[in-house]
Amino acid sequence: MKILVCISKSPDTTSKIAFTDNNSKFDENGVQYIVNPYDEWYALVRALEIKESSGGNVTIITVGNANDEAVIRKALAIGADEAVRVDTDPTDAYYTAMQIAEYAKSNGFDLILAGKETINYNGSQVAGMIAEAMDLPFISLASKLDINGSTLTLEREIAGGLQVVDVNLPAVVSCAKGMAEQRIPNMRGIMAARTKPLNVIAPVAIENLTEFVAYTMPATKSACKMIDPNNMDELVELLHNEAKVI
Amino acid sequence: MSVLVYINSNNGLYKSAFEAVTYGKKLGGDVTVITSGAADTKVLAGLGKYGAGKVLVDRSLQGDDDQQLTRIIANAVVSSGATTIIFSHDLTAKAVAPRLSVRLKAGLVSGAIEVPNGDGTIKVNVFSGKAFSSVKVNSASKIISLLPNSIQPEVSGSDCEVEEFNGNSGESKVKVLSTKKPEGEIPLPEAELVVSAGRGLKGPENWGMVEDLAKALGAATACSRPVADIGWRPHHEHVGQTGVAIRPNLYIAAGISGAIQHLAGVNGSKVMVVINTDAEAPFFKAADYGILGDAFEVLPRLTEAVKKFKSSGN
Ligand SMILES: Cc1cc2nc3c(=O)[nH]c(=O)nc-3n(C[C@H](O)[C@H](O)[C@H](O)COP(=O)(O)OP(=O)(O)OC[C@H]3O[C@@H](n4cnc5c(N)ncnc54)[C@H](O)[C@@H]3O)c2cc1C
Ligand SMILES: Nc1ncnc2c1ncn2[C@@H]1O[C@H](COP(=O)(O)O)[C@@H](O)[C@H]1O
Repeated sequence: MKILVCISKSPDTTSKIAFTDNNSKFDENGVQYIVNPYDEWYALVRALEIKESSGGNVTIITVGNANDEAVIRKALAIGADEAVRVDTDPTDAYYTAMQIAEYAKSNGFDLILAGKETINYNGSQVAGMIAEAMDLPFISLASKLDINGSTLTLEREIAGGLQVVDVNLPAVVSCAKGMAEQRIPNMRGIMAARTKPLNVIAPVAIENLTEFVAYTMPATKSACKMIDPNNMDELVELLHNEAKVI
Repeated sequence: MSVLVYINSNNGLYKSAFEAVTYGKKLGGDVTVITSGAADTKVLAGLGKYGAGKVLVDRSLQGDDDQQLTRIIANAVVSSGATTIIFSHDLTAKAVAPRLSVRLKAGLVSGAIEVPNGDGTIKVNVFSGKAFSSVKVNSASKIISLLPNSIQPEVSGSDCEVEEFNGNSGESKVKVLSTKKPEGEIPLPEAELVVSAGRGLKGPENWGMVEDLAKALGAATACSRPVADIGWRPHHEHVGQTGVAIRPNLYIAAGISGAIQHLAGVNGSKVMVVINTDAEAPFFKAADYGILGDAFEVLPRLTEAVKKFKSSGN
């Protein structure tokens, strides 16, 4: 069983969000990067569990520059066997997905796992794009994944409900909450990660379909209006006449 | 310009369908809707009121296999000559729009919250609602996935024609074993009013008062992450950075501290009310209306006030 897990970095969830260069770039000053939580907690950990129960190999892939090696090592410390870094900036989802699909096509994986979304761009795009580029089935937002021979049984959220589906390998799955539990890397894992292979490969030439050109911050909220806890009629009145939401 | 709007009509039409068609209409040009399944023709014709000129329906596909849907939509793009394709940014869009983007080589803009600016860029939510970005599309065709509750549906016309469409959906590689539909609940991402509670409620046995208020308002219920993690509430109610992101008109949070990861999923709400015993709770900084008090007393009182308001004819 060869599993490929797509790993991206994201700013620590408590990071202050700011922009530079005339609001055209994310300000990385003082930002601590982490492995995107969906990729780490759900996709990677579930891949490791499958490997532990039925054998195989877990490769992680990141489209990113040399600065991303710290988060890649962290994912290796959690237990991935080897890492691939496509040496380029992930400028848009299409560009990123095509890089990953290119590598996956020539390396024959049974299963490709990604996170539900990156918490910075929240696009939920990359995994579905990889699937289409490889003409593979894509199970989006899976909360449970079981494997039986060459068949996957998955639970996934669909519009208005929970669906249970079977699909044959190879397949692409994006992973959401419920799939696995977060693992904290131990000292042995951290030591081992230092010597695990990290292959840097060159990107293929692909155009960007989209560009993030400018950023803005939401308008600052006016101060919170305090209401007497004994006067809920006043709150209802304000919600109706002032806020006009009920 | 021609616009194609994909609508999921498998469980009837939700408000998000009317929003997507309205959005298509606002772009100017002809609006064609593509859908699949067994929805009533009369109901589909009603999309004309929001600006659709025609609805195409492929009756041969009953499920929502994303590879099959992608083929149908791609064929509808050809037959309608559309250069812009609109989705509502729901679970179907998250499965299908990326596939379509690759198939058509059309740039995908996810999470749009406005119609395109004069320069053609489109504003989207990024950093879990902590910022916005303008996205420029470089390809000739584009796909826009509209965040629910970003624009209001607008009635501009009357019923339109509904045409049977053969989208050549092809085979499915996915076998559906079962589908569980939550009964009678308002799906959280669609809800205009949401009542949510956190660890301050102390235990699952106390959720009756949360549900009572939700019922009085006609609201959906939500919760903070630890509450879903301990199993007090089902996972699908968990809102925030790692849960569902919502942007209702009204979000009422009782016994939730307002951690940054929680706010990331709810800060798109138009109005936020917070009920907390701790004046230092960070939620008060983000909220519009604050009640410094005990949720166990405030929630029932608020429910009574809402009932009184509703019974007076509102
Ligand atoms: C990577 C990451 C992702 C995360 N994602 C999410 C997410 O998606 N969603 C999410 O919610 N959290 C998320 N969290 C967790 C988040 O940081 C907080 O720990 C969590 O939101 C706290 O939940 P809470 O407010 O219910 O509980 P608490 O922090 O325990 O707060 C309880 C609140 O209730 C108040 N209270 C107590 N008694 C009463 C009473 N009788 N009446 C009124 N108020 C009362 C207290 O004053 C307190 O403010 C994430 C954390 C990390 C690190
Ligand atoms: N630069 C990247 N390198 C590797 N995987 C990525 C990258 N960006 C996104 N992904 C994967 O694709 C998923 C969805 O990302 P997105 O489409 O940006 O929301 C993430 O959870 C990752 O698993």
